[in-house]
Amino acid sequence: MAALTPIEPKPFSFVGPVMAGVGGFMGLLVGIANDAGLIGLIVGAALLAGVAFVFTQMWRQEKTAKWILIAGFGLGGFLMGGVSAAIMGLLFGWFVGWFLFWIAEGRYRAKLVPYLTAGQVLWHYAFRVICGAIFIFLITPIIVVMPLSFNAEDFFTFTPEMLRLDPEGYSLKHYRDFLTNSEWTGAVWNSVKIAPVATLISVSLGTLAAIGLSQSHVPGKRTIMAILISPMIVPLIISATGMYFFYSSIGIQGTYWGIVLAHAVLGIPFVIITVTATLVSFDNSLTRAAANMGADPVTTFFRVQMPLILPGVISGGLFAFITSFDEVVVVIFLGSAEWQTLPWQMFTGLREQISPTILAAATILVAISIGLLSTVEILRRRSERLRGMSPS
Amino acid sequence: MSDLKSTGPQTMDAPTPEDALHEAKALNAEDHRDASGRLVTADGRSLKSSLNRALRLQKARAMMLIAPLLIFVLVTFIAPIASMLFRSVENEIVANTLPLTTDRLESWDATQGELPPEAVFQDLFFDLFLAAEAKEHTKLGTRLNYESTGVSSLFRQSGRRLDDIGEAYQDPLEDLNEAWKEGAVWFELMSGQGQTSDGVVTNQIDRFNKLTSSNLRGDIGFAPSEEIAALLPKTTRAYTAWAVFTVFEDEDVVAAEDPWEAVYAALALDLQSPGAADRIAAYDGPQAELLQEAAANLEILPEADFTAAFLDIDEDWGDINRWETFQVYSPKYTDGYFLNSVDLQKTPDGFEARPENERIYITLFQRTIFMSLVITGSCILLGYPVAWILANLPTRTANLLMILVLLPFWTSLLVRTSAWKVMLQQQGVINDVLVWLGLVGDGSRLVMINNQFGTIVAMTHILLPFMILPMYSVMQTIQPSYLRAAKSLGATNWTAFWRVYFPQSVPGIGAGSILVFILSIGYYITPEIVGGTKGVFISNRIAYHISSSLNWGLAAALGTILFVVVLVLYWAYDKIVGIDNVKLG
Repeated sequence: MAALTPIEPKPFSFVGPVMAGVGGFMGLLVGIANDAGLIGLIVGAALLAGVAFVFTQMWRQEKTAKWILIAGFGLGGFLMGGVSAAIMGLLFGWFVGWFLFWIAEGRYRAKLVPYLTAGQVLWHYAFRVICGAIFIFLITPIIVVMPLSFNAEDFFTFTPEMLRLDPEGYSLKHYRDFLTNSEWTGAVWNSVKIAPVATLISVSLGTLAAIGLSQSHVPGKRTIMAILISPMIVPLIISATGMYFFYSSIGIQGTYWGIVLAHAVLGIPFVIITVTATLVSFDNSLTRAAANMGADPVTTFFRVQMPLILPGVISGGLFAFITSFDEVVVVIFLGSAEWQTLPWQMFTGLREQISPTILAAATILVAISIGLLSTVEILRRRSERLRGMSPS
Repeated sequence: MSDLKSTGPQTMDAPTPEDALHEAKALNAEDHRDASGRLVTADGRSLKSSLNRALRLQKARAMMLIAPLLIFVLVTFIAPIASMLFRSVENEIVANTLPLTTDRLESWDATQGELPPEAVFQDLFFDLFLAAEAKEHTKLGTRLNYESTGVSSLFRQSGRRLDDIGEAYQDPLEDLNEAWKEGAVWFELMSGQGQTSDGVVTNQIDRFNKLTSSNLRGDIGFAPSEEIAALLPKTTRAYTAWAVFTVFEDEDVVAAEDPWEAVYAALALDLQSPGAADRIAAYDGPQAELLQEAAANLEILPEADFTAAFLDIDEDWGDINRWETFQVYSPKYTDGYFLNSVDLQKTPDGFEARPENERIYITLFQRTIFMSLVITGSCILLGYPVAWILANLPTRTANLLMILVLLPFWTSLLVRTSAWKVMLQQQGVINDVLVWLGLVGDGSRLVMINNQFGTIVAMTHILLPFMILPMYSVMQTIQPSYLRAAKSLGATNWTAFWRVYFPQSVPGIGAGSILVFILSIGYYITPEIVGGTKGVFISNRIAYHISSSLNWGLAAALGTILFVVVLVLYWAYDKIVGIDNVKLG
């Protein structure tokens, strides 16, 4: 966005106290960690107020000042606490440099409408900080898992070696365990055997039904839809309980097909939802045109309709796949020792013997989900492009 | 050319669409009407019926496409849920295991303060004897133990000592005549002569099948005669039961085995019944002399007193409360599990609250609902700003930030749960950071896991995307110009938000809240791992009853209550949002 408001440098009477406040806060944190909170507060406030004074009032060279700050804080961090503290210092120095000139030059108003009051500007940025914090809350747990999976010790926590960035503190041993231990490889194999078959069942049945549902004049459409979506809404524990009773009575509890059928039915709502969403914008005159030109219904389906709704079908299939691949409650009830899946292994691992191999598995799963997420996103865009092209 | 154009198409030589239209009109007027003047199609049907037929065909085609999936879902999903609902009221085990006793107990009046009559104890002996041989009595004991603690051990103990009661009659008979030891003699006696009574055999096979939940059929190679069934009814019943058991369970031949103790007890009872001596004296079937000899020496048999015999095994049989429990739980269907799930218990005259130390389910339901509300509330609080900023940033930035929301959504539930375990535990990341910052001492690390706090934080994180996505899709449709208009009319920031923006975003909040609430109320995995004992939900109790305590009926009843709650919410969601409006990603 282009600058909305002309900016002007702010007086030191504004910049100084703001920087002192930031310095005081950071100083307080560092101070408390070293059992000297009050000293930290004072030193931090004085330091940043001084820095602000020097670089805005005496020697206003933005680029050089930023480099000096980065180098200075990096060195300070190194002297206080080694490599990891030096990195923290570098980051903090970069932040101080950026923040100082952002405030001092008045850049923070550049992208805002000119008529905002000071309070509104403050609220605008405070709101962004709050949102940032929520995003951090969303993403941190997933990020934290990754470095811990390289832990050289059998702990679930960061060891001092890891915090010092000592190479000794890191190793691939949990990944080695994950890839060689028969418990884990067996579980992965079971998951790989179950999920695609379950996905295939839910995608083929689900796509057909979604096409049927998308036609006009379907009697009891709402009820049918409610029934087909219900596996997603009914709590898994209830589904699992019911399936346990029912599947035991017909003798497929603890078998491969029992799990596959259960997973297939759990994946169906996702297929129905994504495929019907794609079909909403499908132009039915295309099938009529195909029929007009002599294509039979099967040819029409595979040559005209399917290519257009394929993105929806594939993302539905991915949802169904991840549902099966990720599912644990039903497997706990329906599974047997022979058919332990990866989530089950992780669940028992979490509940009983805590081993960081779980974190290695988790990291691999995160990588897989990133891959799936990008696939779905690409497919969604493609679908939108196709729809944009199709006449309606 | 220009001339031609000006004269209009009518004068053109080539046929035009308009000509065709005119022609069609003329044709319609002539041929495409039937006698009564209705429009007809080319094949001579009326247009109306033709249209109806086309619509019917279309409907049929749509239903044919839907049918396979609908049947699949009904069989693999709806049927299991129905079986769970059924199991929550089903109580056939009592009547199946103790059929005679429960029949007889019906007429007993518990309020009189007297023990059931001797006949009930006699029936109990025969019922329990068969059940103990089939090793089914412990299952019933476990079942009744849920209602009255101690029944389980009472049944187990008594099951072991039932033989003693029978032997009291077996020994004197065998002392009297060695022939009573012979399986062949018994077989001859009980088979009798003349018309066979097949009904007795069928009854006993049915009973055996119910008792062992099996479905066996076939010829057992034995059938009592009608004469003997009338002469020795109890013996016939006991002997046939034994014969069925011998054939189906032990897979032996009836004639080659000697019967178990209960048959001797039954014979003694038959012999001692009034008027039996005369009838036996008149009997002339096979082994009549043996029977007559026994009838003549009645004094060698001990007086039948099964009440005393049971009291001798365990004094508990003399406890009227036990018998009350048996009576209350003898019908085939019971509301007992449901009463149990709301901390009530059945009594002969209605129901009453359970003792204070056994009341857990109401608390658990309350806690589940309370925590789900807290989770929904925190999801609204955290989700609203995020959805707002996503809807108001430029598309490119919003799409980038959206990844931060979608990544957790796509990440395995177990990964996120294990991440929270890593974060929250006492040696975990958050505590480490707090200790490093000096905000808490090393010795006083915060307890954030295995309690309600842990469950709420982890589940808020896990369910937050389900709140953000519906909110975002609603907020995207709200015009930012409304806010500016409000402000230009003099509204403060807060008024403009609260009176203009917020009301328009309420549908998003509603959709997200119901979704999050529905999902959280039935959550199992996360509370199980980070919830400890104080932070668990009703689902965890259901899982416990299925896999550990094996009280399936209670699990089914708890599940049914939860199911009904979710169903009501689902219905509300459908009314408010519409299920076809659910969006993913």
